[in-house]
Amino acid sequence: MGKKHLVVVGNGMAGMACVDHILGRNHDFQITVLSEEPHLNYNRILLSSVLAGEKSLEEIYISTPEWYEKNNITLLLGAKAVDVDPIKKTVTTSAGKNIPYDTLLLATGSDPFIPPMKGVDKKGVYAFRNIKDTQDILKTCQTAKRAVVIGGGLLGLEAARGIQTHGPEVTVVHNSGHLMNAQLDELAGKFLKREIENLGIRVRVSHRTTEVLGNGHAMGVQFENGEAAEADLIVVACGIRPNVELAKKAGLTVNRGIVVNDHMETSHPDIFAVGECVEHRGMVYGLVAPLYDQGKVLAATITGHKGPLYEGSTAAAKLKVMGIEVFSAGDIKGEGEKDEVVVYSDPLAGLYKKLVFREDRLVGVILIGDASDAGRFLETIRGGTKVDRKNHNLLFDAPSKKAGAAGDVMSRPDSDTICGCIGVSKGKLVEAVKGGCRSLSEIKTATKACTGCGTCSGLIKDILGAVAGDDVQEEKKVICTCVPFSAEEIRRYIRTQKLKSVQDVLEIYGDGHGCPKCKPALAFLVDEVLLGDHDEDRSARYINDRVHANIQRDGTFSVIPRMRGGVTSAAELRKIADVADKYNVPMVKVTGSQRIDLLGVKKEDLPKMWKDLGMPSGHAYAKAVRMVKSCVGTDFCRYGTQNSIATGIKLEEMLEGLYTPGKVKLGVVGCPRNCAEATVKDIGLVGIEGGWQVVIGGAAGKSVRAADILCTVNTTEEALETTLLFFQYYRENGEYLERTYDFVERMTVEKIRQETILASAEKKQGLLDRYRKAKAKVVDPWQTEAAKPVHPMQFKDFVLPKDREALKS
Amino acid sequence: MKWFHVTDENGIPLREGRRVKMDGQEAALFNTVHGWYAVDSKCPHKGGPLADGILSHTSVYCPLHNWKIGLEDGLVQAGGEGCVKKYPVKVEGGKVYIGLEG
Repeated sequence: MGKKHLVVVGNGMAGMACVDHILGRNHDFQITVLSEEPHLNYNRILLSSVLAGEKSLEEIYISTPEWYEKNNITLLLGAKAVDVDPIKKTVTTSAGKNIPYDTLLLATGSDPFIPPMKGVDKKGVYAFRNIKDTQDILKTCQTAKRAVVIGGGLLGLEAARGIQTHGPEVTVVHNSGHLMNAQLDELAGKFLKREIENLGIRVRVSHRTTEVLGNGHAMGVQFENGEAAEADLIVVACGIRPNVELAKKAGLTVNRGIVVNDHMETSHPDIFAVGECVEHRGMVYGLVAPLYDQGKVLAATITGHKGPLYEGSTAAAKLKVMGIEVFSAGDIKGEGEKDEVVVYSDPLAGLYKKLVFREDRLVGVILIGDASDAGRFLETIRGGTKVDRKNHNLLFDAPSKKAGAAGDVMSRPDSDTICGCIGVSKGKLVEAVKGGCRSLSEIKTATKACTGCGTCSGLIKDILGAVAGDDVQEEKKVICTCVPFSAEEIRRYIRTQKLKSVQDVLEIYGDGHGCPKCKPALAFLVDEVLLGDHDEDRSARYINDRVHANIQRDGTFSVIPRMRGGVTSAAELRKIADVADKYNVPMVKVTGSQRIDLLGVKKEDLPKMWKDLGMPSGHAYAKAVRMVKSCVGTDFCRYGTQNSIATGIKLEEMLEGLYTPGKVKLGVVGCPRNCAEATVKDIGLVGIEGGWQVVIGGAAGKSVRAADILCTVNTTEEALETTLLFFQYYRENGEYLERTYDFVERMTVEKIRQETILASAEKKQGLLDRYRKAKAKVVDPWQTEAAKPVHPMQFKDFVLPKDREALKS
Repeated sequence: MKWFHVTDENGIPLREGRRVKMDGQEAALFNTVHGWYAVDSKCPHKGGPLADGILSHTSVYCPLHNWKIGLEDGLVQAGGEGCVKKYPVKVEGGKVYIGLEG
C-alpha cells in the first residue's frame, strides 16, 4: 500500500511546528503544504522586530527550502485553498487546481479583525499581520508624517513603536478604557499608558474610530465623539478572528473557531485542525506557546498514536517593545468570590505587580516595569504549585541573578519548561549541552528552544555555562556586560530608533548605569552614527575628552597643539616658548609624531593656554585622528618623487577633528625610503614614480605590523579619495578601541577593497557623503565657540575660603 | 560637625564630580542620580584624581587605573583593596553642603 497523502492548509508557525512533530514520529504520510503567502515558514511574532528595524526579513525565516526538501514535503507557495470536498476528499486552490487528500490538516490561522468603519479601503490603511503588511507599512513610513494605530493591544503597541522608529509621529487609538485590556487591569493599563507616552507616542483611550477620512488616500480618522486626528498612515490592529471558512465548507462543527476535543480531533475523522483557527474547551488562542502544545498532541493523534491529551493552556503575553517590560499570564481579573489579590504598586519607579490567587494557587499575574520574574511565575501557575506560608517567599524577588544565576536555574527540576514558546524542558537542554552543544546557536538548532520570542536566552546561557563550564564558545563580541550587544547591533539601534544620547542607549539596551568601558564606546557610536548630530553627554566621556587634554600620572595634563604634516614656523615656536614660560610648564618635549608636547599643565590653566597659543587642538588625548607625519618630499629632498609635505597637510586638514574607534595615525612619504614611516601607520601614502601606494593597518606600538597595500593610484586626488573611503569604512565598522591593525586582520584586505574602492558608485558616494556630513559638524575644541566652557565648572575646583562660615541651624 | 556651603545643585553636572579644596583637605564631590556624595579626592592606589573619574550608579572609577570605589561606603570595590574617607553631604534649599569635623 502506498503512502497516505496529508495535505496541510497553511504554512504558519503552528502548522509547521505540528508537521515537525509528525516527522518526528512513525508515520507513512506523503506531505503537501499549501501556503497562501509566497514565503517560506517564518516567525510571525518577530514581524514587530522587523518593523522596528531590529531584525531583517531574512532573520525571521524558520525553515529553509532544504528542510522541506529533506523531509520530502511538497510546498506550494501562493496557493490559497478556497474549497474542500469532504466526500471526494479534495481541496481546491484559487487557481482551480483540485488536490486529493487522505488526511487534511487545517492550519489556516486567523485574519485580522477590521472593525466596522467607513473608508478602510483607502490607500495608506493597512492591517499588521503578515510580511506584505509589514513591507507596505515600512514603505509608507518613508513618506508618512503622522500615523494612527487603531488598537492598543499587544500588536498595536508593537506596531506603534516600530513605526515611530522610522520617523512619523504616532498616535495609538484604543476603544477600551485602558491599553491591553485583554491582558491588563485598569491600573496596569494606566502604568503602561504612561510608559508608552514617555516614548513620545500619543495615546487616546476610550476613542472609537468610525471612519477613515481622506479622498482616495487616508488623511485622518474620525472618532465617535466628534473629534478627529490627522494621519497619512493608518494601521488597524484590533485583534484577530479565526479563519474558519474552509472548515465551514467542509461541514465541520464551528463556533468561534473550529471545535476540537482533547485529542485535537474535529467533528470529521479525516480532517484535523491546529493553531489559531481552533477552539478548544471554549478557548481560542492567539499566542504561540499553546499552539505548539496543540501541535504535539495532534501529531500523536494524526499518526495513529492517539493517547496524549491537550487540556488547555495558560495564556501568557509579553510586550516586545524595547525599554518597556509588560507581562501578563492567566486569569488576571481577580474578581471571583474565592480570589485573593496581592498588589504592589510604585508609580514613581513605574513598577506594578499583581498576583491573583485562588484556593492557595497562583492563577494570574501582571508585571509592569520589571518582568524578569515572568518565567518563574508562569511556571508556578502552570505547575499548580500550592502557595502557603511555607513557600510564600516564592512571590518575592528571585534569588540574585548575578552571582548564582546558573545555580538558580540548575536547582530547578528537569521537567521545568525553560522555553515556553517551543516547550523545551530544562532536562532536554542539559542533555543537548551534554550531547555536545557549545553555543546558544547550536542549542537552538538542536532543540529549537529560543526560536520563538527569545526571552529564555538568558536561562539557556546559564544552563550552558553550568553544564559546559569554561568550554562555552564565545557567542558574540558585546560592547560590555552593561550593554550586552555588539557594536554593530547598537549602531543599528541608534540609527533606526534615533537614540540621541549615551543615556538613551543605556536606558533601553543597557543596565541604565554603564561603566568606563561602555560609556566612552557609546559616546563614540552615537556621534559616529548620527554624524555629529547627537546629544553630547560629557559625563560619559573620559576626563581627557571632557577637558581636551591628556591626563598624566600626577593628575596634571599635557597639551599638544596641531602642527599639520609636522610643519611649524618660527612664529609658532615663539608662541609655544612664551606659553611654556608663562605657565611654568615643567617639560617641553618633541613627540614621536612630529609635534611639541607641553607637559605638567594644571587643569584650570588649559583654556588660558589654548587662547594664548592660538593653535588648534592636536587631539593627542582622544580616540581620534592624531596627525599626519610627513617627510620633506619633492620640495627639498633629492630622492623625492611626490610632494609629501603638501599632501600630508591636505590630508590632515581633511581628517582632523573626527573621532574614530581607535586612534588613527597617518604618514605620507615622498618615496619608498619611507623616512616618515608611513608603512607602520594606520593609513599611509607612499609616493612612487608616477603615483601613490595607499597602505592600511600598519602599527609600531604595542604591536608592530607592516601595513597592507590597499591599492596603487596615479594621482594625489585618487590617493586622498581612497584614504577617505577606508577612513569612513573603518569609522562605521570598527569595534570601539579596535585599532586598524586588528580591524584589517578581522575584515581582511580583500573584503575592505570590495566594500570601499571596488564598491558600487552609490556605496562609495554614501561613504563620502557621510564623511562630509560628519566633517561639517567638526569644531575645534580649543579655538572656536566650543572652547568656551560647556559648564562654568568644566576646568575648575571648588575652593572653600579659610574664613568660611558654617551653616547656622 | 559643621556644614559648609560648596555650591548649588546645578554646580556640578549630573553624573560628574569636582574637587573641593578646604585648606589642607581635599574632597571629590559627586552629583549622582542617587544623590550627592563626597569622598577623599585621591585614589588609595596611586593618588589619582577621583573627581575626574567616570561614574557608574553610585561608584566612581579612578581615571588613572580604573579602580572602582563605592561612594556610599568609600570602599574599593574592584581593582584592589582599601578605602577612602567619606564626607557627609546634604542638600537643602537647592544648596549643597559638605560636613567637616570640629
